[in-house]
Amino acid sequence: MHHALTLILLAQLAGESLSRLLDLPVPGPVVGMALMLAAMLASPRIAAVVRPVAEGILRHISLLFVPAAVGVVGHLDRLGEDGAAVLAALIVSTVLAIAVGALVFVWVQRFVGGSDG
Amino acid sequence: MGDFAEIWSYLAEGPLLWLTATLVAYVIGDAAAKAAGGAPLVNPVLVAVILLAGMLWASGTPYPVYLEGAQFVHFMLGPVTVALAVPLYANLGSLRAVVLPALAALVAGSLTAVISALGIAMALGVDFATLASLAPKSATAPVAIGVAQALGGSPTLTAVLVIITGLIGAVVATPLLDALGIRDWRARGFSVGVAAHGMGTARALQVNERAGAFAGIGMALNAVLTALLAPWALALMTGQ
Repeated sequence: MHHALTLILLAQLAGESLSRLLDLPVPGPVVGMALMLAAMLASPRIAAVVRPVAEGILRHISLLFVPAAVGVVGHLDRLGEDGAAVLAALIVSTVLAIAVGALVFVWVQRFVGGSDG
Repeated sequence: MGDFAEIWSYLAEGPLLWLTATLVAYVIGDAAAKAAGGAPLVNPVLVAVILLAGMLWASGTPYPVYLEGAQFVHFMLGPVTVALAVPLYANLGSLRAVVLPALAALVAGSLTAVISALGIAMALGVDFATLASLAPKSATAPVAIGVAQALGGSPTLTAVLVIITGLIGAVVATPLLDALGIRDWRARGFSVGVAAHGMGTARALQVNERAGAFAGIGMALNAVLTALLAPWALALMTGQ
């Protein structure tokens, strides 16, 4: 358990450092994810150690968004007089993006003749 | 009553009270979501946020005081992003089989998110600073905030728009994809991760492990693509 957590934090720390050092457009934790993936591919032992702990954390990933979302409530007035327009843009664009993304995925897959999932 | 006020002021000073409140609110939200049989509007995050916002308002607690307690939960957002490498690792074989569909869906989904949001907001007369905060809203929060700031948007407003986008994605994804008749978990998860970052990924993980893995991939790839696309789309569409 503590080995897995140490490896995860090390990957995040390395990711944050790389992201800053190389001025990458990707945030540190995302770089850390790539580093962790590389480490797991390089060493099945690392994969075996990290896997159960990571799956435990991931099961409750929704919880982690609660503090930030509570902060949003206090800033709803920031949407200002444009609130309704911005909200309409958010709803329609999110619905469209999910629909278009999923449809394109399925169409291209059919076109290139990939396997069914 | 004096005792209560004393205990309250003692507890309100440490992180224990609001950390516990956050977990309790989430447990209630999770139980409510299960009791509602997965009805999309009864989202655990949404329920927890409404409960906590009500508690903060009723007790007159400012948000920074709340966050001092809740920061322990908030901090885990970084490690959990790293942990997304695990479902990615477990599904790498199935990703190899769909590299082209995934890349096409990434570009299509990301472009649709940015262009349709800007188009609608512009048609409704939204000002430039708000448009700059709106353009990167489908990317994960740290990326979106960085991009918006570089474009002349507000970091706070961007955070608000990112979170609302995530909530919308988590709420609409299942009924929308069912209505479209899309049954492939890879396509479902991937598109939700691209459009609604970590909150969409959280929802996808709840529904299906493979969908969650693909949502994580979509989120990571769109963090990079949005950083490249959003400035270009904003300049092109507003002429500024």
